[in-house]
Amino acid sequence: MKALEIKNLTKTYKNNVEALRGIDLSVERGDFFALLGPNGAGKSTTIGIIASLVNKTSGSVSICGTDVDEDFPLAKSKLGVVNQEFNFSQFEKVIDVITAQAGYYGVDFKTATEKAESYLKKLGIWDKRNSIVRELSGGQKRRVMIIKALIHEPELLILDEPTAGVDIELRRSLWDFLIDINKAGTTIILTTHYLEEAENLCRNIAIIDEGQIIENTKMSNLLQQLENQVFSIETNAKLPENFSIEGFDTQVLDENKFTVIVPKDVTINDLFDKSELRTIEVANMKNQTNRLEELFLNLTAK
Amino acid sequence: MNNLQGLKTLTVANIRRILRIWIQTIIPPAMTTALYFLIFGQLIGKRIGEMPGYEGLTYMEFMVPGLIMLAVITNSYANVASAFYGAKFQKAIEEILISPMPNWQILIGFVMGGVARGVLVGIVVVVVSLFFTSFAIDNLLLTLFSILITSALFSILGLINGVYAKTFDDVSIVPTFVLTPLIYLGGIFYSIEILGEQWQFLSKLNPILYIVNFFRYAMLGTSEIDPLQGFSLIVVFTVIFFALAYYLLHRGTGIKD
Repeated sequence: MKALEIKNLTKTYKNNVEALRGIDLSVERGDFFALLGPNGAGKSTTIGIIASLVNKTSGSVSICGTDVDEDFPLAKSKLGVVNQEFNFSQFEKVIDVITAQAGYYGVDFKTATEKAESYLKKLGIWDKRNSIVRELSGGQKRRVMIIKALIHEPELLILDEPTAGVDIELRRSLWDFLIDINKAGTTIILTTHYLEEAENLCRNIAIIDEGQIIENTKMSNLLQQLENQVFSIETNAKLPENFSIEGFDTQVLDENKFTVIVPKDVTINDLFDKSELRTIEVANMKNQTNRLEELFLNLTAK
Repeated sequence: MNNLQGLKTLTVANIRRILRIWIQTIIPPAMTTALYFLIFGQLIGKRIGEMPGYEGLTYMEFMVPGLIMLAVITNSYANVASAFYGAKFQKAIEEILISPMPNWQILIGFVMGGVARGVLVGIVVVVVSLFFTSFAIDNLLLTLFSILITSALFSILGLINGVYAKTFDDVSIVPTFVLTPLIYLGGIFYSIEILGEQWQFLSKLNPILYIVNFFRYAMLGTSEIDPLQGFSLIVVFTVIFFALAYYLLHRGTGIKD
């Protein structure tokens, strides 16, 4: 059974903008899936339809084997959504916002309060439970959004840019948190503009552009499509004058540092077999390519 | 869905909102009612005397049911209109739309908030009126039923207003330019028997007249309009507008693209 199955989904808005042109997408249970696309590609419309915030024009959506049109309450009870924009009353207390969301999912108040405590502690905002939501920082509000989406323990969690505007430290801790949830069995679908985030977290990926899925594959397969990788290498000793590596595009950055482009049909061993590298002591080596970004730009290039 | 937890949660959230902003929700009706009783009841009322058709009742006693209805109607309407539009404005409505809650529960949850406020301000007005006059309630059950169904009807209308509202101005246009004139001209302060034939005819086109007089009948045991007409009108309107509000939520009018 798929965690999400979308068939021939279309959406034409009232102003005749065709946001989705027949999308087919399926996500396996337990997957950590990236749905990427440039602004206006149709990501948010797709998520909006899954979450019942946007009316579809045609097509079908099934969540964990239940068609949303056939059994709305059952399908929706299996889904949690973290929207891009904050969607709670700004004047309520954190704990009230979370327990109310649980209540809308049918979770009784006592259970909701216990779960809220657990998640608030896990995400480090337990001390803010009685604060008015409006007074929280952006990162704290983002964590409230995640707790709201998880409070009824959904089987499928969709996050629409969950780390937008969040500092690096918090982003990393949210990644760890999401990895743990995924390991515990929750299927996760993520949209993000931080392609590094998708590359680090997701096993499968779909790229949507102009209302159509233009790529749907394993992350590793997609990354294999890269033509070149760029490595930055630092040496302990000074590089020789006019340093270059035969057969490789090399660029010296300073006396201890250079970059080298390695085509995809060449291994790193081939690079280090070169005599120019045998004579120098490498201090460190970094892959400089923002790999997914390069692919993304190639795929969505107009 | 058989689970009523969502409905309970939404009702509690709406009541909590009323209590959180009690200075806006509870105090104003108490203030205005006290002023009405002071000016129209205490100061001018003695000069007005009895209303035709209500012989044996002081003007103050005649006015009490009208003022309760004024508070119930305006507060239940305003409560749901602003709560629903506020939820749209803050996108908090998405918390509900994302959930498995069926539309009938969403509708009733908001209406319960309006009914709660209607009943609450109704009680406040009764308490305030007791400082100025005393009265006996002719039919307590009918009085309570009348308050509940009137506040439910105007809560539903407020929700429909909230559904269509695109700005905060849209939430106040109907109460200011439609509801208030209809209420004030709907027999709260006078019996339509004091009007000429033409004005009486026009007044009888005002549905609020029937609603106010139904309540007046329940409270005082007498009214200038057949209470059965008022009862029928309010029940029919409630059913029709409930169905309309349900249809709008089902279509996602004003809340879904």
